[in-house]
Amino acid sequence: MSSTTNLAHEEHPLSAGSILTLTQMGMVAFLVSEVAFFSTLIVAYLTFLGKDTIGPTPLEALSLPTAIVSSVFLLASSGTIYLAEKQLHLGSLRGFQGWWTLTFLLGATFLAATAYEWSELIRVHQLTISRNLFGSTYYTLIGFHALHVSCGLVAMLAILFLSFRGDVKSEPGGGAELVSWYWHFVDCVWIVVFCIVYLWGR
Amino acid sequence: MAIAEQRRTDYQRQVVAASGWTAILHDWTTTVDHKKIGILYVLMSLVFLVIGGCEAILMRSQLLFPRYDFLPPDTFNQLFTMHGTTMVFFVGMPILIGVGNYLVPLMIGARDMAFPRMNALGFWATLFGGLLVYSSYATGGAPAIGWFAYAPLTERTFARTAATDLWALGLLVSGIGTLTAGINFIVTILGMRCPGMTLRKIPFFAWTMLWTSVQILLAIPPLTAALVMVLLDRNLGAHFFDTQNGGSAYLWQHLFWFFGHPEVYILVLPAFGMISEIIPVFSRKVLFGYEFMAAATAAIAFISMGVWSHHMFTVGMSKTLDLYFAAASLLVSIPTGIKFFNWLATMYGGKIRFASPMLFAFGFLSMFLIGGLTGIMLAIAPFNFQLSDSYFVVGHFHWVLIGGTLFGLFAGLHYWYPKVTGRMLSERMAQWQFWLLLIGFILTFGPMHISGILGMPRRIYTYEPDRGWEVWNQITTLGAAIQVPSYALFVINIVWSYFKGPLAGDDPWNAWTLEWATTSPPPAYNFEQILVVKSRRPLWDLKHPDDPDWNYE
Repeated sequence: MSSTTNLAHEEHPLSAGSILTLTQMGMVAFLVSEVAFFSTLIVAYLTFLGKDTIGPTPLEALSLPTAIVSSVFLLASSGTIYLAEKQLHLGSLRGFQGWWTLTFLLGATFLAATAYEWSELIRVHQLTISRNLFGSTYYTLIGFHALHVSCGLVAMLAILFLSFRGDVKSEPGGGAELVSWYWHFVDCVWIVVFCIVYLWGR
Repeated sequence: MAIAEQRRTDYQRQVVAASGWTAILHDWTTTVDHKKIGILYVLMSLVFLVIGGCEAILMRSQLLFPRYDFLPPDTFNQLFTMHGTTMVFFVGMPILIGVGNYLVPLMIGARDMAFPRMNALGFWATLFGGLLVYSSYATGGAPAIGWFAYAPLTERTFARTAATDLWALGLLVSGIGTLTAGINFIVTILGMRCPGMTLRKIPFFAWTMLWTSVQILLAIPPLTAALVMVLLDRNLGAHFFDTQNGGSAYLWQHLFWFFGHPEVYILVLPAFGMISEIIPVFSRKVLFGYEFMAAATAAIAFISMGVWSHHMFTVGMSKTLDLYFAAASLLVSIPTGIKFFNWLATMYGGKIRFASPMLFAFGFLSMFLIGGLTGIMLAIAPFNFQLSDSYFVVGHFHWVLIGGTLFGLFAGLHYWYPKVTGRMLSERMAQWQFWLLLIGFILTFGPMHISGILGMPRRIYTYEPDRGWEVWNQITTLGAAIQVPSYALFVINIVWSYFKGPLAGDDPWNAWTLEWATTSPPPAYNFEQILVVKSRRPLWDLKHPDDPDWNYE
């Protein structure tokens, strides 16, 4: 047996007919690992909830109105990124860029709201990461969510830049689609975090 | 054969023509070829294996006599920390990922991994993670916290130097490398199989790599999160594991073992896969009960995610938790038993060839069985209460990891070396290596069970002369000394055979999976044409067109 050529004669595309493209699968696998990561942070948050001997407690420190307002911005951005993708699908690059930029701005506003919330917590309530267990777990959980929002914003800027060069297309597993999947995931995490930290945990 | 020869010399001529070391170095540091990255992984792991082995030998020398003062206690603590960390994170996982990297695309008839550049990132992250951990020696001493890093030993109060930070950062960085490898394997195996290769027809090694990767995906991120918490505790004054301020040492153990237990299966499942490739070929029979083997692999991956607290029976969990985790741990033995009997059934009635890969496979079967049985003993909570943190446990997990993973791995390395280099290993040296390893291994880790039952705790740097432990420790150290020439022989063998070994040809073992369908070593593009597969043994079909497998599957 000298070579492999007699096994098959036709050239064949790479994928073995799976439902998802390779990059889509990669993103799903990555997001599964992210679920494991955030679950661990949430477990740590719940472990120490109410175990503090010194204040401030979540009830004293957390402002529900601020959280609700910032949540509205973030959840709205999931809608706008969907509309951006739809415009891309319809072939309107300008429409895509408009909705995509709006998504970026909504995400950035959410981040600014988090920054405002943190500055209030530090200034008014003297809550830092080293203050008590609530501070340790709260800043870690919210901080990692904010880090993920920031990464999403950077990715959005990159896609926006590519779209001006005409390199963004509506295709399964394309960059715009993957960023939007990631963004929806970040929003879903926020819904869980919001329910646990701001509603149930208070 | 002639074509293969020609391609090989062409390749060698190219390497020479590219002029010298810088070209070769540039070639290897910028490569995104899965085969080269696989080789880099394996070579890196072998270097770390030697380092980790030296650490073990130093520790065994210190324990040779009671009240011996060969090493100071703090050095001893650093040694067992670095030994465990090195062997798990920088030998075990990367060498298996490396072998998988080399073989998985070849076995499934693909030209590369799904994300070649991310693949390279994974290797370099792993290497730099290892260098980061070892750079602690430059800051005045390695971490002395154990590879499990139990809180609150890792807090600033007890571990003042930067060594612990470097340890956590190193594992964080290498963890990212492992995670990317896991994602890459999953996507490659699910999405890049050649036409005809359904999930029921993939080679068994690819199947185990798939489940190992699923475990990586679920187990590494919790470790990453826990390491972040340690770093925040140490550097920003957070209180996660700071027991003086309400933090919990218990939480650390849960998070660490939620990673640490699946890690055991991350390390052993690929070895199962290698054995499942080797035993059929050297018995000249198909793998017995492929479907059951596949289901058992999935079951092991699934069950192993729910048994982590059997490392914590003596922590003082509730009776309910003890019962649950004991029962769940015992459950793992069912799918493992299924695999075992299937391997035996594969050999039953076969024409067995005692070449070195098969020899190591026998070593795997007999030694892993014993490790599995002591595992069943330890899963029983009341027994565990007695022997937790004794040398019995040390003996048990070394028996599993060396008897299982390392023997399986050596079987695999001996089996696939001709594919990677185009040369056969020296069978004589391989046999010597096997027997030295087997004898040394039994002498090292067997007596540990006895000294454990006699009450010797693990992690102690010396002991009193009146406990009756000396003789067992001395046999253990003797065994470790016997293992040294075995590893040395392996290194000599792979280097010597690379230049002087007999040419292997494409398919020296008369095997059945796709990696043997291309030349040895394979060209950068793996296959000239994408293959079409109709059964689990495509090369059998090719060699026996009159009686192909698909008539029976």
